[in-house]
Amino acid sequence: MYTQGKYPIIAKKAIAKGMFDLTVLCPDVASEAVPGQFVQIAAEGFFLRRPISICDIDKDNGTLRLVFEVRGKGTEKLSELNVGQNIDMIAPLGKGFKVLSGKKAICVGGGIGTPPMLSISKLYGKNATAISGFRTAALAILQDDFKAAGVTPILCTDDGTAGVKGFVTDALKAEIEKEKPDIIYACGPMVMLKGVAAIAEQNGIECQVSLEQRMACGVGACLVCVCRTVRDGKEIFSHVCKDGPVFDSKEVAFGG
Amino acid sequence: MADLSVNVAGVQFKNPVIPASGCFGYGREYERFYPLSRLGGISVKGTTRFERMGNEGPRVAETPSGMLNSVGLQNGGVEKFLSYELPNLKTKGTRIIANIAGSTVEESGELASMLNGSGVDMIELNISCPNVKQGGAAFGTDCTVAGQVTKAVRDATDIPLMVKLSPNVTSITDIAKSVEANGADAVSLINTLLGMRIDIKTRRPVLKNNVGGLSGPAVFPVAVRMVWQVANAVKIPVVGMGGIASAEDAVEMMMAGASAVQVGAAIFADPFAPVKIIDGLEKWCDENGVERLSDIVGTVQPW
Repeated sequence: MYTQGKYPIIAKKAIAKGMFDLTVLCPDVASEAVPGQFVQIAAEGFFLRRPISICDIDKDNGTLRLVFEVRGKGTEKLSELNVGQNIDMIAPLGKGFKVLSGKKAICVGGGIGTPPMLSISKLYGKNATAISGFRTAALAILQDDFKAAGVTPILCTDDGTAGVKGFVTDALKAEIEKEKPDIIYACGPMVMLKGVAAIAEQNGIECQVSLEQRMACGVGACLVCVCRTVRDGKEIFSHVCKDGPVFDSKEVAFGG
Repeated sequence: MADLSVNVAGVQFKNPVIPASGCFGYGREYERFYPLSRLGGISVKGTTRFERMGNEGPRVAETPSGMLNSVGLQNGGVEKFLSYELPNLKTKGTRIIANIAGSTVEESGELASMLNGSGVDMIELNISCPNVKQGGAAFGTDCTVAGQVTKAVRDATDIPLMVKLSPNVTSITDIAKSVEANGADAVSLINTLLGMRIDIKTRRPVLKNNVGGLSGPAVFPVAVRMVWQVANAVKIPVVGMGGIASAEDAVEMMMAGASAVQVGAAIFADPFAPVKIIDGLEKWCDENGVERLSDIVGTVQPW
């Protein structure tokens, strides 16, 4: 079953410029949720809900952690919610990441694509490396959380103001050369995902990507959130909310 | 407890609330929120003769109190509907309205004949989709063609036939009269209003299709006006839709002349909208001493 309800916010932090981190008490959702899934949040005064990826799941305490970026007026409204207020959420939605127990993973996040990498990398702990890329140091998030989970973080910035100067794809190539992982997870801009998928394919590594698209219903009924995928050698329109947001990178038609 | 049942063109609905085509798929997703038997009926996703990919994304843009969509009738085709979706829907204890959209007059008739004996309770002939190049609104904006396609479907089937009208016309009453004269048993309205949004940073339309259909509470007053005008122009029943989001909206639409209502975009904001409207209608009837909800249809007293 899907759940729709109002859940209390029990913690809120501004973690970088325009980036907010909410902890929501929702035991029924937390018990069902898996890494890679998302929630649909109602923003007061706006008609459509905002899809937000699940950053972390604490089943013991019955909480979800949602990290989002203020992109427009709707997410700005969400950023005004405070501890003690309720959040109206449909959750958990979509298909999560495939998990290979006891294997080695590299998780690649670009910008606001980084949060879903936390929950999946936690399942691998010391067997995971989390490569995160941001435009600049002021936008870097979650590096301490990866460390606390035993995951090895590698921070990249476009301008070199923190971590390694350069793209996550370069860091990914270097890591693969050191030790080939069994699976790669990635979430971020399409151009980054395309690059990660190509590297995975060249090295014969399984790769799961999480996609983003403008949504309405969030459950697979309205068919607006399309992405091009390949099925039986033919390109079709799949829907990010129900068929994804996680896809095997080989299924995705990145184009050009 | 009030009697919420309504009759539209000989088809009895347990209550007047029907999720609108394109907003509810074939019910599979929303069955994970509540039993479909709560609903008066379901108007299924627009079904075409063959599978359709639909339009490139983005297919949605938010608007004040509503949204634009440009899905473009993505669906698996009528054969998949008959073999996969319909057998499942028939077990759910609700009325099934098959929404069909042909790309030609002949194909519309063929689609209808393929539904003969299938057990669907009603056909909703879509002559108003703004997001496809063939058929769709090209049928619904011309009185003669609207009449022709209605007749082709009428000649192909005895299943109760409702024709879904486009608001993107000069005179919706003329279109309604034409489909009535050509054998429609009911009309449903309004489909979406053609609209556009532009991203001022990129100077590009938000929708890849450039334009799309506007729905949601923003269109409700337009829908009420058109339902009222059409209900006064034809003798066949009218099913009202366009921006209905509450029981009060449904009451208003029924007072304007709608025998039943469809709920669309409101479901995206609140998946429970249809059942909340049903519960709200029951409460409204009880509070207002209305024993039979159908008694309020068309009771607005114009100035």
